[in-house]
Amino acid sequence: MNDSQSRRRGRLKVFLGYAAGVGKTYRMLEEAQRLKQEGVDVVVGYFESHGRKDTIEKVKGLEAVPRRKIQYRGATFEEMDTPAVLKRRPAVCLVDELAHTNIPGSERSKRWEDVLILLDAGIDVYTTMNVQHLESLNDQVQQITGIRMSETIPDWVIKEADEVVMTDATPEALLNRLKRGVIYDPEKAQRALENFFRESNLVALRELALRQTAHEVELRLEEGDRRSEIPSKQAEKARAQDAGILIRERILIHITADPSAAMLIRRGRRVADYLRADCFAVYVCPHPDLSVLQPEEREAVEKHLNFARNLHIETRVLQGNHVAETIVDFARRQRVTQILLARINFRPWTRFLGGNVVSQVVRAAEDIRITIVADRRRAAR
Amino acid sequence: MPDEPIHRPSPERLLEQVEEQERKTRRGRLKIFLGYASGVGKSFQMLDEGRRRRERNREDVVVGAVQPHYPPEVEQLLRRHEIIPPLKINGEDVIDVDTILRRHPEVVLIDGLAYNNPPASRSAKRWQDVKELLEGGISVITSVNLRHIEECQDEVERITGKRSRQTLPKSFLEEADDIVIVDAPADASLKRVNGEPVSTDALQVEEHKLSRLREMALLIAAEVVDRQLESYLRVHGIEQVWGMQERVLVCITPRSDAARILESGRRNAERFHGELFAVYVKQSSLSKEDEAILERNLDQARELGAEVKLLKGDPVDAIIQFSRDRGVTQIFVGHSLKKGWWRRFWGNTVDRLIRSAEGIDVIVYPLAPHS
Repeated sequence: MNDSQSRRRGRLKVFLGYAAGVGKTYRMLEEAQRLKQEGVDVVVGYFESHGRKDTIEKVKGLEAVPRRKIQYRGATFEEMDTPAVLKRRPAVCLVDELAHTNIPGSERSKRWEDVLILLDAGIDVYTTMNVQHLESLNDQVQQITGIRMSETIPDWVIKEADEVVMTDATPEALLNRLKRGVIYDPEKAQRALENFFRESNLVALRELALRQTAHEVELRLEEGDRRSEIPSKQAEKARAQDAGILIRERILIHITADPSAAMLIRRGRRVADYLRADCFAVYVCPHPDLSVLQPEEREAVEKHLNFARNLHIETRVLQGNHVAETIVDFARRQRVTQILLARINFRPWTRFLGGNVVSQVVRAAEDIRITIVADRRRAAR
Repeated sequence: MPDEPIHRPSPERLLEQVEEQERKTRRGRLKIFLGYASGVGKSFQMLDEGRRRRERNREDVVVGAVQPHYPPEVEQLLRRHEIIPPLKINGEDVIDVDTILRRHPEVVLIDGLAYNNPPASRSAKRWQDVKELLEGGISVITSVNLRHIEECQDEVERITGKRSRQTLPKSFLEEADDIVIVDAPADASLKRVNGEPVSTDALQVEEHKLSRLREMALLIAAEVVDRQLESYLRVHGIEQVWGMQERVLVCITPRSDAARILESGRRNAERFHGELFAVYVKQSSLSKEDEAILERNLDQARELGAEVKLLKGDPVDAIIQFSRDRGVTQIFVGHSLKKGWWRRFWGNTVDRLIRSAEGIDVIVYPLAPHS
């Protein structure tokens, strides 16, 4: 999406789906075959057939860069050989399953990091992923499916993509494929049917994928508008200005040591992306620096600050004894338009002891919007 | 919707479930491939699915309508199908409903759903023919271009400058058992049907238009899928705020700064492609002045496209109940501008609302600057 760099940088194309078996890899290979016919130098950097006949048929005739073998705990694993791909220098490289976590001992821990290296070297990359692997959707996906996705991709990586294309299939078609044993072997298929592949899960994830793709299309449209200065949504702008709303929102996330902070960061990232807002995260420390904190607390805070930075959120540690006052003061100075707080800060009984952080911030910041973010984790079904 | 406990469907729901089942067994199934432009691959996907169903599932599949021109790979696919030739009326193709009903295949493929039939045909629109086939127990797989959806015409015209004369109602899409989006990046070269050279600028403008249509198509598909999800959850007696689609609720009072909260809520709804609601919880004693302000606020909510509801009872309970019923994901509530008892009352209400709104974001909206 970034034009200034796009001359040298490779282009990224993402085939987005909502479950194994919707046909992402198949479609990617189909396009690769077409490119090859047109004389484009395309290679397979990594590809997972999962023993699916259609897919194996489709990869025939495409050159594959041999994978790298890595020993780990007495077993041999295979990963994409990024240096070999760089050396081979194709125009286009296919890299299946963007969300994959590399085996320990690999140079980089995530496959998407390898993909960024290829893009930096000017190689175009075609890749596949499911919507549920998007970091900012992690809590919602757990809410739907009851399953916490461990392999996630920061949203900004997808934003770097030049194109995001949805591969759609109906849940019914998917369930048929699963029952016919096309997607997994019978035993795994049975487990899948009882867990992830419940029809309600599939319908919900499919809707998420459609909405995400629409969002990606819209972002790229606006980017294009800015570049070519096509005035779009002027009516909206005018209305917003009439109502005294700043066009550029600035969102502040309050980080704590509590596990709910991760959820707050994800939601903040998502809200910021949808509102095209700047995003900050702060931790209020009663001491001059974090080293004075209890080790456990410090570790948790640092983990959350790191997590925010990985999602491209600017972080600060503020010193202050009074949490609410420190947050509000910082927010005013930084012209923040929204403060995001976790519900965990809201403990009703503390009202008798001078109030909780949420009430205090709400009381102190009568000029700033406060969002109390819900806990989206689902109770067991 | 009444508030039923989880996993215990009411008699009405059980009936709904049974009726839904019956309707499905009597009627043929309707599957629609939706695309945002010609050339994205709707015909291919549709004909290919027909081929697979015949070869793999041994289903009896015929083709009931085709497009005038196809690229070679689609022609090839078409040749593998049995075709029931359309009638020629005034030189135009019309589905031969009688012959298809007599032949009674399991599945009929209709490429291009949005056609007006010429005068003297049995129905004015092709989708009405399709309806007849479905009611006759034949399943239909068909394709449609977003540009032909009746309800999208204003938007389509804004984007492309053109309206379609051949349209079908969106409700027909929503009736479909399955809808599949045929997505592809906006590629203006698809548009060069006449082989005319196109300037880079013109290409960019064209791609911009196509991208906007593409976004629309994806969102319409999402809407249809959302409805499917809702009915699935309803039929199975599951009541949960799942938040696939963001739904924004703005709480209106005579005293809070409604105009700004509404605008802000609308913006969130728009950015998230969600729905907007506005509610007012009835208070017993409102002054004339307050009542007038309230009316104005509610009018404004309607103008912004919000669904407006008046609720009764305890404000927090009413708002939470409404939110759960409608799957609200964000509640916007304002500080009161008035000093004194009202403020204490409403401040307390906001506290209680935050505490009760489990699973829902609560946005406490600030006072107007310099108030």
